[in-house]
Amino acid sequence: MTTQAQPVAADQSLLYPSPLKEFWKAFARNKGAVAGLMFMIVVVFCALFAPWVAPFDPSEQFRDALLTPPSWAEGGQLQYLLGTDELGRDLLSRLIHGARLSLLIGLSSVVMSLIPGIFMGLIAGFFPRILGPSIMRLMDIMLALPSLLLAVAIVAILGAGLINTVIAIAVVSLPSYVRLTRAAVMGELNRDYVTAAKLAGASLPRLMFVTVLPNCLAPLIVQATLSFSSAILDAAALGFLGLGVQPPTPEWGTMLASARDYIERAWWVVSLPGLTILLSVLAINLMGDGLRDALDPKLKNAI
Amino acid sequence: MLSFIARRVGLLIPTFFGITLLTFALIRLIPGDPVEVMMGERRVDPEMHAQAMERLGLNKPLYVQYGNYIAQLAHGDLGQSLRTRESVWSEFTSLFPATLELSIAALIFAGVLGLLAGVIAALKRGSLFDHGVMGISLAGYSMPIFWWGLILIMFFSVTLGWTPVSGRIDLLYDIPPKTGFMLIDTLFTEDEGAWMDALRHLILPAIVLGTIPLAVIARMTRSSMLEVLREDYIRTARAKGLSPRRVVFVHGLRNALIPVLTVFGLQVGTLLAGAVLTETIFSWPGVGKWLIEAIGARDYPVVQNGILLIACLIILVNFVVDILYGLANPRIRHQR
Repeated sequence: MTTQAQPVAADQSLLYPSPLKEFWKAFARNKGAVAGLMFMIVVVFCALFAPWVAPFDPSEQFRDALLTPPSWAEGGQLQYLLGTDELGRDLLSRLIHGARLSLLIGLSSVVMSLIPGIFMGLIAGFFPRILGPSIMRLMDIMLALPSLLLAVAIVAILGAGLINTVIAIAVVSLPSYVRLTRAAVMGELNRDYVTAAKLAGASLPRLMFVTVLPNCLAPLIVQATLSFSSAILDAAALGFLGLGVQPPTPEWGTMLASARDYIERAWWVVSLPGLTILLSVLAINLMGDGLRDALDPKLKNAI
Repeated sequence: MLSFIARRVGLLIPTFFGITLLTFALIRLIPGDPVEVMMGERRVDPEMHAQAMERLGLNKPLYVQYGNYIAQLAHGDLGQSLRTRESVWSEFTSLFPATLELSIAALIFAGVLGLLAGVIAALKRGSLFDHGVMGISLAGYSMPIFWWGLILIMFFSVTLGWTPVSGRIDLLYDIPPKTGFMLIDTLFTEDEGAWMDALRHLILPAIVLGTIPLAVIARMTRSSMLEVLREDYIRTARAKGLSPRRVVFVHGLRNALIPVLTVFGLQVGTLLAGAVLTETIFSWPGVGKWLIEAIGARDYPVVQNGILLIACLIILVNFVVDILYGLANPRIRHQR
């Protein structure tokens, strides 16, 4: 053993990289993930500081500059960097404020489905006789409907709007959390450390949340990232169908819906909001890939 | 095998009842008074209100209402549209072929292109082509297809004028619906060019609807092909001197296809959800557009049973895929 020859006083942190460092090393190996992360940092920055970053108020109408093309195109004006829409509102400002809304919808729907999802998944895993199967049946029913269709149905009941969009998307993404948590819990329950904790007299809540749950987190974090991106997509789709956030709120999908009428005259009002959606979703998916590689090496070769 | 099918059918029944519970709850969960919401006016005359409650059966206890709903469904009665007064079932059956035609076209587009791209990417692993396919398919997977449709319309229809903007066929042609599939119906008419016109209407929507399945199938084919090509029997096939093409397509692809086929089945749900968006963009007269219009018009019987019908369809397709998968793979069949 050559390691024994090393001086005892060696800095331990050099021998054992901190988990955070190790995670970053694995994450940074995936160049796409880093690019996605950087793009998302810009988007999050814009969303957080929207009133200061955006050149104009998103609902301010410049009546003398309706449908101005972007600044680099013919007829564009430098003050409206990405042009204006049919009511003369600055497109860049609307996109920046839209980032706020999309991230808010994504974040709140992930939180709203992650917490009950984990809870139900734990219960389904710990009570495999009656409670577990009945929860899983319910989730199967929800999975039988495509997510967008289920969201449309929920919005059809509750009515269009921001909060109902969040609720619909949260409900739709619930089953995947429940299934993932349950599968991970079932895998952990037979391990020795769980038996040891049981023998040591750990109570059920302690077993659930302190002993087992932390070991099931990796796939859940990856899933949360992926459902964050699909939440943004679904919210935009609902907005596009006129069932989501209502105009004049600057939501990306809603902006696209009202841009449809100008498809022959103003390419920028159609292409730019959609491009923003595509790039954000792509960036998050790239990040999700990197997270999966870093946190869950077993899944590396899966799709 | 029989017991395998019986087990699957056993799973089917509770799922079906769950879906009916969901669609049943749909109308009861509408905030406010359902009659006012359905009539689209406030303060309905009390007598008319009572009549409407009676007619809709909303004045009975919930379990009776649910029992009536199931009994109705068992008689094949799916109710009437509030707007057109036509039965929901006949509206669905007259619109469904349009959706089916679009979905099949999208699946063919996605399947052919996805398999080809996936196989070539796997064979040329690490090449520029491989990276290109993986990159494009990730973008395709992240695609907001409602925007993708608008962009394609903007480019191919508005700028280049190659394809029509919307609908299934030009108004010039009067095609009597025989099968409901425009590409087949137009074959029976005298009109020259009707078939080409129908095809030109179909191309863009099919591409838009097929984009996400294409991305998924290409990725899946690539990874499954890579796995298969590492197997011993591939090495044996090569060693006994078979032509590379035979090794790849007969020995390789056939085995790589099994997981890809499951993905095909799973894409049916994606397709139907995508159809809602695609049909809205292209004014394609299918069930997706019908459903969205019904929601906009608060046509609740259509919303309720339209969703029920679509859900049943998806369950059925998944059931068939499950059975086929069990037929192909004995390990699945004997799993408990």
